[in-house]
Amino acid sequence: MTAPTLRIEDLVLKFRTYSGMVDVLHGISLHIQKGERVALVGESGSGKSVTARIVLGLLQSLRTARISGHVDFEGRDLMAMHDAERHRLRGTKMSMIFQDPTSSLNPVYTIADQFREVLSRAEPGLTEAAARQKAVAALTDVAIGEPERVLDSYAFQLSGGMNQRVMIAMALANEPSLLIADEPGTALDVTVQAQTLRLMGELVEKHHTSVLFISHNLGVVREFADRVYVIYKGRIVEHAMTRDLFENPRHAYTRALMSAVPRITGGGIPEIDDASPDFLAPLIVHEGCAEPGAPV
Amino acid sequence: MTQTLLSLRSVSKIFHVGTREVRAVHDVSFGVAEGECLAVVGESGSGKSTIANMVLGIYPQTLGEIVYRGNALPARRDLAHRRAIQLVQQNPLSSLNPKRTVGASLRLALDVHGIGDKAGRWDRVGQLLEEVGLPADLRSRTPAALSGGQRQRVAIARALACHSDLVVLDEPTSALDVLVQARVLKLLDELRKSRGLTYIFITHDLSVVRNIADRVAVFEKGRLVEINSTDRIFTDPESDYTRRLIGAVPVVTAEEQALRDQLMEKENADA
Repeated sequence: MTAPTLRIEDLVLKFRTYSGMVDVLHGISLHIQKGERVALVGESGSGKSVTARIVLGLLQSLRTARISGHVDFEGRDLMAMHDAERHRLRGTKMSMIFQDPTSSLNPVYTIADQFREVLSRAEPGLTEAAARQKAVAALTDVAIGEPERVLDSYAFQLSGGMNQRVMIAMALANEPSLLIADEPGTALDVTVQAQTLRLMGELVEKHHTSVLFISHNLGVVREFADRVYVIYKGRIVEHAMTRDLFENPRHAYTRALMSAVPRITGGGIPEIDDASPDFLAPLIVHEGCAEPGAPV
Repeated sequence: MTQTLLSLRSVSKIFHVGTREVRAVHDVSFGVAEGECLAVVGESGSGKSTIANMVLGIYPQTLGEIVYRGNALPARRDLAHRRAIQLVQQNPLSSLNPKRTVGASLRLALDVHGIGDKAGRWDRVGQLLEEVGLPADLRSRTPAALSGGQRQRVAIARALACHSDLVVLDEPTSALDVLVQARVLKLLDELRKSRGLTYIFITHDLSVVRNIADRVAVFEKGRLVEINSTDRIFTDPESDYTRRLIGAVPVVTAEEQALRDQLMEKENADA
């Protein structure tokens, strides 16, 4: 069996602050097989975005961060790599889509310029004409009708939905093996969000891209992910296939989270109890979801 | 039959952008009954925030009139009108002054409107915080020292400080985590019922609307597409646009999925 695209084992993160060490991740483990879409769902401050940043190699060089544990990317130990090696992976083998597409694109360069920069990370000698040709193809893939016009535009001249599609096209342009999507589309209208998620789903399926999908929105997770990790205060509390998790949430925290979502079928505003100590109960793993190599 | 508190009569808003005219709101008429929660929903660019700003008197409507308790509201609002119609915004971090303590921000509302005697106002600020479920001693903190949910509660307390009767809530819970959102929604609902407040609840989140609003007005590109009871909107909407909006809501249960599928099927059958 080939190595999983991403495998995190017992990852601990602490930040040094003026008032001492702050524990952010308390030893989390997760994995993503090739072509799998895995969601990490939790509230703000639960540690989901820092996990993504460690995978991208952005926290390792931060002097106040203390990281321990294993992060393997396609069988290679990310933690043992030099910064330069991790830098080479970003934008080529792994890429990221952010929450707000319009502010993640540079307003002073055209889309074409930014696209070329992305493409030349994988192919440094790429000519302008060849880059443009590739960019047109990538934009056509995300259902943009007039790729030429979009390429000559600036991000602020395009709608939010259009920018999101440009971001998806850029993130997938170098055919990465891992795509990290941090709350994609949260800033967009629901109809546009639904459309971009569908599009992203089709594309990652086509290219067998693995996806780490970070979100606080359970509904979106249900629609996009194959498998889900629920994270609370730096601990994974429940791990299940998406269907099992939504049909039968077992952890107290997951249940509280699930019941807090207002339903379009009505039923009133959910009653929420205060945080219970049960929220910190040990990890519950559903059948068939063990970490690779872990004793069953 | 309850009384209409506020009504818009053939209201339009035209913005001049360079030499172009943009009609942000197009001939819109609807009323809000006293004690009601009316949701205004639509996508970006549908005109929902423009409607809020006209109701609040931030800028005047171009055509038509806005009637409050039987009288047309003037373009320049007097103090009494400003006191009666209040706003809660989406992001309390930008709507509360970061350099003031939250107590000072709340007190300002009491000072401006001359509510209570000077000596008692600081105590009143403490009471206001308690009424929204916060400890009174929070008044000496700045917004930065509060959590998102606490800040939004302060923003609600400020809107209620001067005995307003109509509160415009512009995406009040969109920036909050789902557990916090549920608590803030509960608070808003309880305050409305205990004080007989009227809400205009502006949002794009239809699952929230389903559970808090009495009626829903759906806007598309500045036009009122449909206005109906919440039950009706969610089970048997008149317009395809409403159906599409509900059909795109991410859901978590099988029943919700069934409702969505049913609405989308209907749309496909009509098409």
